[in-house]
Amino acid sequence: MAIDTNLCVGCSDCVVACQVENNVPVGYARDWVVEVVEGTYPNLAIELRSERCNHCDNSPCVRACPTGASHYAEGGIVLVTPDECIGCAACIESCPYDARFTHPDGYADKCTFCIHRVQNGQDPACVAVCPTTCMTFGDMDDPNSEISKIVRSRKSKVLAAEAGTGPNIYYLTK
Amino acid sequence: MKEELIISGRMNPHIDPILNAWGWEIAFYLFVGGLSAGILFFSALFVLRKKENIYPTAVKLAPMFVPFFLILGLGALFIDLHHKIYFWRLYTTVRLQSPMSWGAWTLMIITPLSIAWAASFVKEIWPKFNWWNIKLLNTIEKIIIDNRRLLAWPLIIYSVILGIYTGILLSAFNARPLWNTSILGPLFLTSGLSTAAALIVWMSKSKLERNIFTKIDLLLIGIELFLITHLIMGFLAGGQVQVESAQIFLGGAFTTYFWVFLVMLGLILPAILEILELNDLHIPAFAPAILILAGGIIFRFLIVEAGQITRYLY
Repeated sequence: MAIDTNLCVGCSDCVVACQVENNVPVGYARDWVVEVVEGTYPNLAIELRSERCNHCDNSPCVRACPTGASHYAEGGIVLVTPDECIGCAACIESCPYDARFTHPDGYADKCTFCIHRVQNGQDPACVAVCPTTCMTFGDMDDPNSEISKIVRSRKSKVLAAEAGTGPNIYYLTK
Repeated sequence: MKEELIISGRMNPHIDPILNAWGWEIAFYLFVGGLSAGILFFSALFVLRKKENIYPTAVKLAPMFVPFFLILGLGALFIDLHHKIYFWRLYTTVRLQSPMSWGAWTLMIITPLSIAWAASFVKEIWPKFNWWNIKLLNTIEKIIIDNRRLLAWPLIIYSVILGIYTGILLSAFNARPLWNTSILGPLFLTSGLSTAAALIVWMSKSKLERNIFTKIDLLLIGIELFLITHLIMGFLAGGQVQVESAQIFLGGAFTTYFWVFLVMLGLILPAILEILELNDLHIPAFAPAILILAGGIIFRFLIVEAGQITRYLY
């Protein structure tokens, strides 16, 4: 997924769309918006970022999971199987993005990249709803996909690259 | 100036505003796990060295407590699980990359081993004990007693794995910079051995045994102080997030707890009391023991709590 920080206006539509699409329990959020302000008044720079699970290539949550409930689905999306999860919170402790939480029913929960929509050829709910179309979802392994072209042609960054998890959300900055 | 804020109002329970996914259950388990590992280590070691009758408290009496400690620890871990009815999933898979999977399987082996080990000494401590006067159980008891030295080897190996694992469980998480140091494994193992030695000194009635375990404990406290110094030095020489982790103990939120309750009251003061004891000053045996045991549990709570407020983002 690529997110254009210059287009994002911080409206939180992505957060609400996710909560509705995935029936996220009240009081919980699988995605969130971060505002970064740099400089001193009046010389300020602002960056807005819609954040969620990075579906890392080297996911620490998958490594930490003692039962295999956290796993890579086809295509690299990181998922949790509720019936295999014991609710030990090791994955929550292992995530440098704090993208996971314990669902009120007891299992670990997080963004699924709306895999149920992706398998039907649709974009994740957050991408589909974004009023500024700041998000692009697709296959990074395919060099001809729209997302591959965007990430190649623009300046981008990933969050906490130094944590070594191989995150898969690219924030376009220029 | 740089300020990062979540503006969409995320307030996930136990994640925001600061991570608190693991509470007292984990800290308590790490403490009793380390203490049990220490007791089993000393007991098995001195059986192998044929010193059963010179150090009776360490070899025979202290292991009586271990099954209860381990069961209490396992109980705490079970309380901590949020999806309890699926706990058996731990035992349908072996996941070599997951420290928690290692821990679950180690406990699966060492808990029955510790029960068998303790049971084999019951009649030596309480000769009139006859709760299991059943032929089958008597036969099993005899087999264990006859093969005690053989059993001591796996017990030593698994006690070291258990002791070191209590640290590795935390150090494997690179998302929490304060935990992410390989010193935590040896440090928790040393601390576990030290708390076990302190408990043995407290319980022992033999002057010779008290004397030798006080010396062992002093050595272990020395190693602990050495490892703690290296822990902080390692952080200060690390990346930005690790430097910030060390600041938690160097002026940050946990400074007083760390230096006063752990280093001064939990390590240095009991070490002074033990040195005085060795020099024939009459020091009540419970005084250094309680300080060391309290220091051990405070140490686990400190690391578990402080580690969760260290992070990469925001």
